[in-house]
Amino acid sequence: MAKASKTEKKEYKWELRLYVAGNTPKSVTALNNLKKYCEQHLKGEYSIEVIDLLVQPQLAEGDQILAIPTLVRKFPEPIRKIIGDLSNEEKVLVGLNIRPVK
Amino acid sequence: MPPKSKKSSTLALLAKTPTGITGLDEITGGGLPAGRPSLICGDAGCGKTLLSLEFIIRGAMEFGEPGVFVAFEEKAEELAINVASLGFDLPKMQKDKLIRIDHVQIDRNEIEETGEYDLSGLFIRLDHAINAIGAKRVVLDTIENLFSGLNNQGILRAELRRLFGWLKGKGVTAIITGERGDGGLTRQGLEEYVSDCVILLDHRVTNQISTRLLRIVKYRGSLHGTNEYPFLIDEEGISVLPVTSLLLESEVSSQRVSSGIPALDKMLGGKGFFRGSSILVSGTAGTGKTSVAAFFANESCLRKEKCIYFAFEESPQQIIRNMKSIGGDLKTHIDNGLLEMHASRPTLYGLEMHLVAIHKKIKKFKPKTVILDPITNLVTVGSVSEVKSMLIRLIDFLQAEQITVLFTALSLNTNVSEQTDEGVSSLVDAWLQVRDIESNGERNRGLYIMKSRGMKHSNQVREFVITDEGLDLVDVYLGTDGVLIGSAREAQQLTEATGQALRTHAVGQKDIEIQRKRKVLEAKIASLHEEFDSMQDLLNKSYIEEELRKEIMEKNREQMIKNRLSKNADHGKSK
Repeated sequence: MAKASKTEKKEYKWELRLYVAGNTPKSVTALNNLKKYCEQHLKGEYSIEVIDLLVQPQLAEGDQILAIPTLVRKFPEPIRKIIGDLSNEEKVLVGLNIRPVK
Repeated sequence: MPPKSKKSSTLALLAKTPTGITGLDEITGGGLPAGRPSLICGDAGCGKTLLSLEFIIRGAMEFGEPGVFVAFEEKAEELAINVASLGFDLPKMQKDKLIRIDHVQIDRNEIEETGEYDLSGLFIRLDHAINAIGAKRVVLDTIENLFSGLNNQGILRAELRRLFGWLKGKGVTAIITGERGDGGLTRQGLEEYVSDCVILLDHRVTNQISTRLLRIVKYRGSLHGTNEYPFLIDEEGISVLPVTSLLLESEVSSQRVSSGIPALDKMLGGKGFFRGSSILVSGTAGTGKTSVAAFFANESCLRKEKCIYFAFEESPQQIIRNMKSIGGDLKTHIDNGLLEMHASRPTLYGLEMHLVAIHKKIKKFKPKTVILDPITNLVTVGSVSEVKSMLIRLIDFLQAEQITVLFTALSLNTNVSEQTDEGVSSLVDAWLQVRDIESNGERNRGLYIMKSRGMKHSNQVREFVITDEGLDLVDVYLGTDGVLIGSAREAQQLTEATGQALRTHAVGQKDIEIQRKRKVLEAKIASLHEEFDSMQDLLNKSYIEEELRKEIMEKNREQMIKNRLSKNADHGKSK
């Protein structure tokens, strides 16, 4: 999987990491959903790192990954995790604290 | 049910992975099913984590099977500290790649669920951990924590089923632990998924004394013990209670050992007890049970055979002092390393803990004789049936090891009870009863042999006396007035002695009289002789006189004739 972020050095307001396991439909859906929400709400302020655990299984431990797919908000703190295919936009935005709970 | 599966069949039997946990492998007939997941469930604090961790550690240390421990509850460091007290160096084993601990943290606060997902992350982590050290054993402790972290039960259940299938596919022997729930074995019904082997742990407190129990609820494809087995956690980890000899197949010895009381040996066919037999000495308070036990121990040590004395009432010093007063020197034996004394109050721990403690000490010291004094106090920490089952297990174990055991038991009522309070009298091979016999305002001790399997034994009551020189049995006095004991016996003996003296005296008198009579008789005989002699003399005398007279008369006549003739001649001449 290629990294979807732009250059490494640039500091983004939002650092997101998506854990997937191979090219499953769920992973693809999740990535597409994530990109869509980010483009809509965080344009230019985010970076997405996709990690395929089939390739790098040792990374699963660090972020305490159980479920696939899992989206981890590394920054801003605190760390938040959203599991699932991110089909519910409202929940994702609230979960990532992009939009406050109404 | 026999705990050991016979290997006579040529059919492929269920392969088993030994746990290395004392006792558990015997109950399961070799261990957990190899390559399959097993479920261990129980309430909080009943030892699930420790049992599963010991499974991993022992697997790595004793069987060369590396293991992965997936902790959903505790961190690796916490686990390491927990087992450090048992002498296991977890960090070192992790470094040596024998064990891998993976802490899975689920924090509900940081997790949001949207839409479909699966637990591939967990699978991948597990797979990675297994491959990293070539693990053969896996523990998931406690997987039910997933249910508290994640909402979608449908997904979770499907994934768990997939997980157990996957574990089987990996060929690892796995333990899954689960909290006990209401109505079911586990809160989330994990037993549905893990159906090969289910072990239930329990922790019960009765009379303020806690007992841990283990039961194999099911074990597919294998025979297993079905009872609840007490187990304990001590400084050497978990020990499930020795469930030896469910089959009564232990060897027997026909060798005899002395009881330490020569007169008692005489009652037992002259040789004493069988080696490896179990002996019960029961009696009311103060009848000398401990003395009998101590003398048995003493005798064992004199034969240079090791002996362990478990005292539940007195301290070793107390027993040593008391035995010294009746001529038993236990101190020397202790100094020579032949005798070990362990004293503890029964309430110190539960029954099974006592049993394990006894077991361990016996295994360590390897004695030929074991003494438990008294077993009665154990009832304070368990019910009668529990004590009985504990003693059965103890006797079984000791018989298998050919160890002679002597119990003492206090009987509460003074009449001859047919059964001791612990109900063990039917279990033991020999049963002595020491009893108070009260009569004539004093109490004396009587000793009976209630039973003694497999040997001729006396059916008589003996008076049991404790002297400065030791213990002895005295024949009771059987007279016209019945059985006499104590001072009554001594009085009777005195009376008898008096009678004897009087009779001897009387006999002496008679003898003298006879002597006299004889003398009189002899005197009479002598006088008759004299009389006879004098008669004879008299007769002789008259006879001789007659003769003499005759002779003299003859002489006289001849003289006269002579005289006349000469006179005539003279006369005629002169004329």
